[in-house]
Amino acid sequence: MVSLATEKKQDLNLLSRIASGDGHGENSSYFEGWKAYEENPFHPIDRPDGVIQMGLAENQLCGDLMRKWVIEHPEASICTEQGVNQFSDIAIFQDYHGLPEFRQAVAKFMEKTRNNRVKFDPDRIVMSGGATGAHETVAFCLANPGDGFLVPTPYYPGFDRDLRWRTGVNLVPVTCHSSDGFKITVEALEDAYEKALLSNIPVKGLLMTNPSNPLGTTLDRECLKSLVNFTNEKRIHLIADEIYAATTFGQSEFISVAEVIEEIEDCNRDLIHIVYSLSKDMGLPGFRVGIIYSYNDRVVQIARKMSSFGLVSSQTQRLIAKMLSDEDFVDEFIRESKLRLAARHKELTTGLDGLGIGWLKAEAGLFLWMDLRNLLKTATFDSETELWRVIVHQVKLNVSPGGSFHCHEPGWFRVCFANMDHKTMETALERIRVFTSQLEEETKPVAAAPMMAKKKKKCWQSNLRLSFSDKRRFDDGFFSPHSPVPPSPLVRAQT
Amino acid sequence: MSHQGASLLSKLASGDKHGEASPYFDGWKAYDNNPYHPTHNPQGVIQMGLAENQLCSDLIKDWIKENPHASICTAEGVDSFSDIAVFQDYHGLKLFRQAIAAFMERARGGRASFEAERVVMSGGATGANETLMFCLADPGDAFLVPTPYYAAFDRDLRWRTGIRIIPVDCKSSNNFQVTKHALESKYLTAQETGIKIKGLILANPSNPLGTTLHREALETIVNFINDKQIHLVCDEIYAATVFTEPGFISVAEIIQNMDHVNRDLIHIVYSLSKDMGLPGFRVGVIYSYNDVVVSCARRMSSFGLVSSQTQSFLAAMLSDHRFVDNFLIEVSKRVAKRHRMFTGGLKEMGITCLRSNAGLFVLMDLRQMLRDQTFESEMALWQVIIDKVKINVSPGSSFHCSEPGWFRVCFANMDEDTLQTGIERIKDFVLGDRANKNNNNCNCLCNNKKENKKRKSFQKNLKLSFSSMMYDEHARSPKLMSPHSPLLRA
Repeated sequence: MVSLATEKKQDLNLLSRIASGDGHGENSSYFEGWKAYEENPFHPIDRPDGVIQMGLAENQLCGDLMRKWVIEHPEASICTEQGVNQFSDIAIFQDYHGLPEFRQAVAKFMEKTRNNRVKFDPDRIVMSGGATGAHETVAFCLANPGDGFLVPTPYYPGFDRDLRWRTGVNLVPVTCHSSDGFKITVEALEDAYEKALLSNIPVKGLLMTNPSNPLGTTLDRECLKSLVNFTNEKRIHLIADEIYAATTFGQSEFISVAEVIEEIEDCNRDLIHIVYSLSKDMGLPGFRVGIIYSYNDRVVQIARKMSSFGLVSSQTQRLIAKMLSDEDFVDEFIRESKLRLAARHKELTTGLDGLGIGWLKAEAGLFLWMDLRNLLKTATFDSETELWRVIVHQVKLNVSPGGSFHCHEPGWFRVCFANMDHKTMETALERIRVFTSQLEEETKPVAAAPMMAKKKKKCWQSNLRLSFSDKRRFDDGFFSPHSPVPPSPLVRAQT
Repeated sequence: MSHQGASLLSKLASGDKHGEASPYFDGWKAYDNNPYHPTHNPQGVIQMGLAENQLCSDLIKDWIKENPHASICTAEGVDSFSDIAVFQDYHGLKLFRQAIAAFMERARGGRASFEAERVVMSGGATGANETLMFCLADPGDAFLVPTPYYAAFDRDLRWRTGIRIIPVDCKSSNNFQVTKHALESKYLTAQETGIKIKGLILANPSNPLGTTLHREALETIVNFINDKQIHLVCDEIYAATVFTEPGFISVAEIIQNMDHVNRDLIHIVYSLSKDMGLPGFRVGVIYSYNDVVVSCARRMSSFGLVSSQTQSFLAAMLSDHRFVDNFLIEVSKRVAKRHRMFTGGLKEMGITCLRSNAGLFVLMDLRQMLRDQTFESEMALWQVIIDKVKINVSPGSSFHCSEPGWFRVCFANMDEDTLQTGIERIKDFVLGDRANKNNNNCNCLCNNKKENKKRKSFQKNLKLSFSSMMYDEHARSPKLMSPHSPLLRA
């Protein structure tokens, strides 16, 4: 076999520009974190010194409820004794409208996760290959190559691939600042819009994630209204990724764009679209249940035709249809999920509070937006990356640095908490405690003020004797990260 | 439909390259409005336009009952539920990839081996074909496609990719086999007009022909693409439906003895939709010999992964080699039986089909029933078949056939009785048509029998009025249909 280098060269001439480029987004240095985890994954017994995965926004807290339901309802599956008589009908069902009961159940679930304050029409439910597929399809429907979408920062890194890679669409960042809690302001929107026009990028829409990834915050009614008004005025689309809709807990309330448009007179609904999925709210990322819900009839039609490229398996549609039709189960699941998320969140934040580590006040999502700005040598992304490497290799926690989310300011880190059990959380907190106390010892004492009070000298660098190899490129053969683009480590399947 | 809405959207969304604004949906619509049922609606339209394999689900159901551990929803399997439910790695479950590779090998009689590491998932073969185009060609580039070809290639290969299709016409005079001359000729023409040809894509076994490529033909094709250094995409989705000689030779097998060929150019598309009759499960596979393509397609598979629930189930079932071997034998046997039944029935009334050895359909030759050898006549005849004979078949023009008069008829998506009913209806229609023609011939001064046959005497009797060829999308586009996704009344 020819060496990889020569092969690659030859290949790139044979292939498309899309295949030869790196729009897939995986040539990013952040994969170092994944690599560290994969090489040495934490296990409480087998590998207590391994890297703890805190970069994966997954909801693994309610698997027990789901398993219980599944066992109690064998007819929901077509591969059980009780359900197999439906096997043939389901196995041949490839209609891109989806099973009617599936659409009805998903519509109902969307209503429940928005506290029944708004209705969803099952005929507007369009399937896609996860939210990943949904975003790409929406981009194909709304924008031409070269057009742009405004996206408030910080934002989910997967958008860079999902919205741009095969579509040729641009993303135009709308800068949000920590000084006002990363709020999306009309000024920032106008600013970004102008910048896009100056760069000859026709703006076709605004994409926002609510609840936010990575912030964990939800948009209040006024802000939502201002977004709808802004986009309506500019006659551009508003795409609301509501994938974390049911992950709100505590005092936080989730207001969907679906609710807000009811309150705005003369709202042009042809511009309003929702992307949804069961990956986060239900913890079923493997099932690839992506949803496009558009108020624009033509978009519904076209997206539905495009869904042929990524339909939900009829086997899965059937199971989900049965599960989500069980209203008692759904109510219980949503309730329990919120309670458990709240508890895990509290555990983490209490721990961090005790160590004087700041975090953005938020009560949604499967993660925390941690503030380590005061630990940076300089307020630069280079410093952030250095600190991140220490956290990954020394503290042995895979967290996600703000730079990977296009955050405007260095020093923020997203820390996931819903993909681990209580003991692992304890271990993680302990490691952070050790790390911060090490730092305290090594720096000049500044009264007894907590860490965030003053910037300190970064002597930890010399003490920890790390050597960083710069710009590591990862040969796809070995450590390519897995779907979707960060975060998503290899799950070592039991099969 | 909001016109204001349409102007706000992309060119893709505003256009009709999705392919559904075509007259063929009349057939689907007719079926949808009036579906045949042996007892509830015996006068309804029989669906013979759907290339589905409904012949072997009993085998799968039996296996399911005997293997509860295969499902994550049984007491035996639920312990895996959580691990499977969170598994979204685009490499796919290892056991799944291994099982797919093994299935592909067995469906080719072990004459070629497949590496699990090269198995890449996609949203059905639909997603596989599109993804390969994204990997291999830029907008404006072209792929050669021998005609007649699967209608949805127009959408899958071109719609969102911007790729062009250059049809390479094949003739019935040599049973629609693609010739080197035809390929060279089209390639040259394209070059002269400044079109960049990136590859050749074909289905083998062929849809709608139902034929497999002979060894020499396959070698010729491989040599052609290698010579031009362009890609070859073989859609082998009907691999296991081969039921008689000359047997199936996969491109995987052929290249084993062609060391001079650049394997970076060879790619296979596969799926379980036809061979196993599981189109709802959306199990598409891209198998490329090009490492960069494997890597790129795998990343793109994020847009259409196979549900981990489905991967898990299939991994278990397809790892059962005894089951697989028996299944493959049965598929072949049952398809053969249906084929025999249908072609035998047609033969009795003097209707021939293109000689075929695979697929879930035959290409029926109704050229003699055309008023004249035009596609207009073909469409007219087709309307009659739908409206009067009440069978949904697919006219050759929907497959870009270069000659009018051929109709693809599916025989594996219904039970035997329904198939028999379909045969009876065709018989009545054909014999009725002949009777009319004979009556008319007595009064005809013309000696040329062929010309007589072309007269549309059946029209008089059936009192049809044909709508014009202009099909308004609003009126005709079915609310619920895509070419290969009819609404199932659940």
